[in-house]
Amino acid sequence: MKIDIILCGVGGMGALSSAAIISKAALDMGMYMKQSETHGMSQRGGDVQSHLRLSDSPIASDLIPQGECDIILSVEPMEALRYLPYLHKDGWIISNENPFINIPNYPDRNLILDEFKKIKNHILFDADKIAKESGNPKGTNMVVLGAASKYLQIDLGKLEDAVRESFARKGEDVVNANINALRAGRKVADAM
Amino acid sequence: MDKLLLLGDEAIAQGAIDAGLSGVFAYPGTPSTEITEYIQDSKEAKDKGIRSNWAANEKTAMEAALGMSYAGKRAIFCCKHVGINVAADPFLNSAITGANGGLIYVAADDPSMHSSQDEQDSRFYGDFAFLPILEPSNQQEAYDMVHYGFSLSEKFGLPVLMRITTRMAHSRAAVERHNLTAQNQMSIPQNQNQFILLPANARVSYKSLLAKQDDLMKSGEQSGFNSYTDGADKSMGIIACGIAYNYLMENCEGGKCRYPVLKLCQYPAPEAMIERLYNECDSILVLEEGQPLIEKSLRGMLNKGKRIKGRLDGTLERTGELNPNMVGKALGKALPDTLPVPSFVAGRPPKLCDGCPHIDSFLALNEAIEPYGRGRVFSDIGCYTLGALPPYKAIYSTVDMGASITMAKGAAEAGLRPAVAVIGDSTFTHSGMTGLLDCCVDNIPITIMILDNDITGMTGSQKSSATGRIESICKGIGVEEAHIRVITPLKKFHDQNVAIIKEELEYQGVSVIIPRRECLVWLKRKLNLAKRNKQD
Repeated sequence: MKIDIILCGVGGMGALSSAAIISKAALDMGMYMKQSETHGMSQRGGDVQSHLRLSDSPIASDLIPQGECDIILSVEPMEALRYLPYLHKDGWIISNENPFINIPNYPDRNLILDEFKKIKNHILFDADKIAKESGNPKGTNMVVLGAASKYLQIDLGKLEDAVRESFARKGEDVVNANINALRAGRKVADAM
Repeated sequence: MDKLLLLGDEAIAQGAIDAGLSGVFAYPGTPSTEITEYIQDSKEAKDKGIRSNWAANEKTAMEAALGMSYAGKRAIFCCKHVGINVAADPFLNSAITGANGGLIYVAADDPSMHSSQDEQDSRFYGDFAFLPILEPSNQQEAYDMVHYGFSLSEKFGLPVLMRITTRMAHSRAAVERHNLTAQNQMSIPQNQNQFILLPANARVSYKSLLAKQDDLMKSGEQSGFNSYTDGADKSMGIIACGIAYNYLMENCEGGKCRYPVLKLCQYPAPEAMIERLYNECDSILVLEEGQPLIEKSLRGMLNKGKRIKGRLDGTLERTGELNPNMVGKALGKALPDTLPVPSFVAGRPPKLCDGCPHIDSFLALNEAIEPYGRGRVFSDIGCYTLGALPPYKAIYSTVDMGASITMAKGAAEAGLRPAVAVIGDSTFTHSGMTGLLDCCVDNIPITIMILDNDITGMTGSQKSSATGRIESICKGIGVEEAHIRVITPLKKFHDQNVAIIKEELEYQGVSVIIPRRECLVWLKRKLNLAKRNKQD
């Protein structure tokens, strides 16, 4: 078994936290993993991405080769499209549909929607709304992770354990809010 | 022992803690920062009394690490690649003095310049200084190499350079820990002349350094970090250095390469292994992250031997980070047929955070300097470098740490009026203070803005050596008190700030303006920490 995932978004949107959570769960399941991420200058409102590779046999490269990514998991729709050359022809894109506009030349929303329509396997949804409804307006990244969990081949319970571990320092309320957001996201994917 | 999920940087830090480290010495710099941060946050390190505070700059850090080694203890120095430039003096000369306690210098290179102004390859420094170099290909090796590196350092009495790149620094994998080594007892060097580089001593030590090279090379053949794997297809032999080895293996089905492969992770490069590869194969492909060190020396100036493929002949891109596809192409594989990035996908350059104090500083400076015209503001390395981008376009230079003040000085001496330097608080104490002294000694008409946000911001909120000291430093160096002006960079003080900047631009001597307001990222972190402490 082998899954290659790209997690992406804009600095501060939680893409890297999601990567850390999947990694924890995978390690707990005894899988091999490599997770490469962007730090430093690019985190100042720039695009951030993480290559996350899971496998039951040792992994060579820290970076995913083009055309081999199984899942692009994005908290921002234009950012998901930035990594299209990596997407496997049968791969999935799971993305929040709400744009994060911090540049003057952000493209027209319809251009983005049209591009998504060309992609065979995708879930494009209002993760912000679902996060709010779940009682955790800051949990967009957890909602997207929940939706993607259906395709991750990782048990949802293991992901919940990893969420618990990651947020334990912030108290029980924060842990529960994130788990609720995760579950709400999973429901979206299950309903499709 | 237990398995941990660690960034390459963290694997080095944990390796050092486990291998008897007594102190880490560093100045923050992407992608090296997390090594020191990990040690600062480690309970084990605290229990063991490992020192880990940030230093003012890389030179002071490296010299302190050398001092700890002099006293017989194991020390590690960490910096980003350009930090080695700052520490080049102790770096090269400590190769002559050698080490006493185990001493490792970690340089984190940044090919593709993700967060840097160049992509210099620190292996050239190691080669230049005749020091052994370790270049891990994965996180486990990074961990193991710290243990090995300390032993190597003590065996040969030399500092060891460990070279990593951004990808290794910022990629996570499981790492298995070893048995722990206790810290060394303090012991001063047996040879009293070892660290006295008087020419008469240095000539002897330099010869002894050169005489160690053959044995250093042999160590690389025995350590297991360099390995030769034969392959049936001798039309090409491959040398894969450090992390490039992973990209090669990614392209080999089942981890088996049809060509002979030399995995090279320890330098001086193993001549016997390279000679075998060269003799047995029709051509050589060199895969190395960064600049072509091995490729260049194999080709020689005239390139008259067998065909050497790599970055110099166009087989690989001449610049930038390697990746599995680039290496695949070098092996003759076609790029997979995939969807392109849609043309409308726009770049998202980094920018100053909303509410950042630097924004108010730049807006005030832009307005104050507007009547004089563009091209008069020299700046430095930090978040405020982003002031070069629209909508501010406020600065006209960013070269190296501290260069804002000294370049503005030189320009002022060429007649530029006004000449302005914009530097951050941490960069000021890193390398700006000596430039300010030059300005005071020569009484230069210059306006220096020291943007004080209470923290080293760009690298992610590390304590700044400048905090609470800037005015007294400026005064002590010789800036007149009347021309040390502290302002608060907030919208509501904009007009007042513009007026103060205008006054100082007109002053024909050294003036320092200190816009002071906390970095918001840092403030948020501080408040969260306080909240958590209160809950505990």
